[in-house]
Amino acid sequence: MKAIWVIAKKEFVTFFDSLAAYILLVVFLGISGFFTWLFGSDIFFIGQATLQPFFGVAYWTLFFFIPALTMKMLAEEKRSGTIELLLTKPITDWQVVAGKFLAAFLLIVVALLLTLPYYITLTFIGDVDHGAVWSGYFGMLLMSMTYISIGLFASSITNNQIVAFLLSLFIGVFFLIIFNVLASSFTGDTALIFNYLSLSTHYDSISRGVIDSRDLIYFLSITFFGLLLAETALAKRNIVE
Amino acid sequence: MSIVVNNLTKKYGTQKAVDNISFEVKTGEILGFLGPNGAGKTTTMKIITCYMAPNDGDVKVNGISILDNPEEIKKKIGYLPESNPLYYDMPVLAYLEYVAKLQNVPDSQIPDRIKEMVRVCGLDVEKHKTIGELSKGYRQRVGLAQAMIHDPEILILDEPTTGLDPNQIVEIRKLIRELGREKTVILSTHILPEVEATSDRILIINNGKIVADGTADTLRKQAQGTEVLRIEIAEATDKDEVFSALMNLDTVDMVDAVSGSDFSFMVNSKENVSSRKEIFNLCVKNNWVLTELTPIETKLEDIFRELTTK
Repeated sequence: MKAIWVIAKKEFVTFFDSLAAYILLVVFLGISGFFTWLFGSDIFFIGQATLQPFFGVAYWTLFFFIPALTMKMLAEEKRSGTIELLLTKPITDWQVVAGKFLAAFLLIVVALLLTLPYYITLTFIGDVDHGAVWSGYFGMLLMSMTYISIGLFASSITNNQIVAFLLSLFIGVFFLIIFNVLASSFTGDTALIFNYLSLSTHYDSISRGVIDSRDLIYFLSITFFGLLLAETALAKRNIVE
Repeated sequence: MSIVVNNLTKKYGTQKAVDNISFEVKTGEILGFLGPNGAGKTTTMKIITCYMAPNDGDVKVNGISILDNPEEIKKKIGYLPESNPLYYDMPVLAYLEYVAKLQNVPDSQIPDRIKEMVRVCGLDVEKHKTIGELSKGYRQRVGLAQAMIHDPEILILDEPTTGLDPNQIVEIRKLIRELGREKTVILSTHILPEVEATSDRILIINNGKIVADGTADTLRKQAQGTEVLRIEIAEATDKDEVFSALMNLDTVDMVDAVSGSDFSFMVNSKENVSSRKEIFNLCVKNNWVLTELTPIETKLEDIFRELTTK
């Protein structure tokens, strides 16, 4: 557990040392703030004291934001050979993956904390459904975990950061759009399966304020599965035929 | 801390990088690992440090197998990988602290250990820079510092002196010698005088197989077999007379005249005997003056070339 924390802390500090964190935070807050308050179907346009517009925008910004965070995490270590240094320390492959996951997750938590002023502002404007806001944030965290684990998996199977970035977008698009489209073009059980796999189904219900154990299980199991695959990709060097 | 390597085999695809090798390193021994590029040195080191699993065979460190408890073994090993990978965007001190924490050095001892490593590796001037700003030699020192930060009982150094200037090379060799008194050290290198200067024992590996194992002296004897002396005689009148007198000695197998000088000869002795005494007595008997008697040693380079180009 201590090793996970040590790795997470180092990765977190690296985000801020390399300016990557500042740039991504500014871009994230800029885009989500612009669409929440100023443009399109923003809060004033729909005329309700709700953070729904923000959650809708963040859904897409995080989709690009998180792969940009995770693309480097394992791919760069593999490219530069530091992975050898890391894995010959008394830590397990799992601790490396978990530490990196934790660091990215903490940065997302920071990004979301910085959007809390939106919420505070909203309470001055009108009657806010507090439950819906909190469950919206909760859903956002769950979704981020899913994205991070997909991103780490993509980063674990290549030495090239750009490939890792594109690959995690590619996998992400399936969960975000393609499964949804497939669900509506099939009927019966096939449609149900695709509907269950579609991330938007689960995210929508949580961001409306309905926290269902099925949705929780969905997000947590994808997260766990992604991390497991990333660990397996690291451990591949040990596989002998 | 002993290291026992047993019938180790590692394949990359169909190619055998390491082919059924076995050797042992005892506590306090410095083992020099020699071999041409691609001989399997680095692969062997990667297996001992638990980075890669072997296809076959086993390594036991102090009786613990790498297959059973790699975490326990990793704690005891300090490893400097071949290309010395480092996080270039990290400051030197932060990096050393990170490694110390990963190696489970107790928090209270970390500042002392870092100070000690900065002193031992001569990083004092550069310690506040980020690693990417350092020259190659200093990066190599950082690599050594991180390998030794937890005071490991075993040090595995893959080409520790590449990129260092001659002064630094001397310092690092001295450091390795000092460390080798208490620790078990395996180091690989291409530089032959380096192994002689640092190692107690030399292991030469070629195409994944061990082709020689022993001290520099025993390797020389093995390669050479018989004694070769270069002698020069003064105050003798007839070259042919000296030549035949030498040939008639019981212990002498062959005599060659050295071109360019009248009374210089190369004398090959027969197996397992020395002709020095006989040559001296011969000269005394004939009133010749022996002005040179030099045993010719086979150079380590020659041994290496012979063993690895077959």
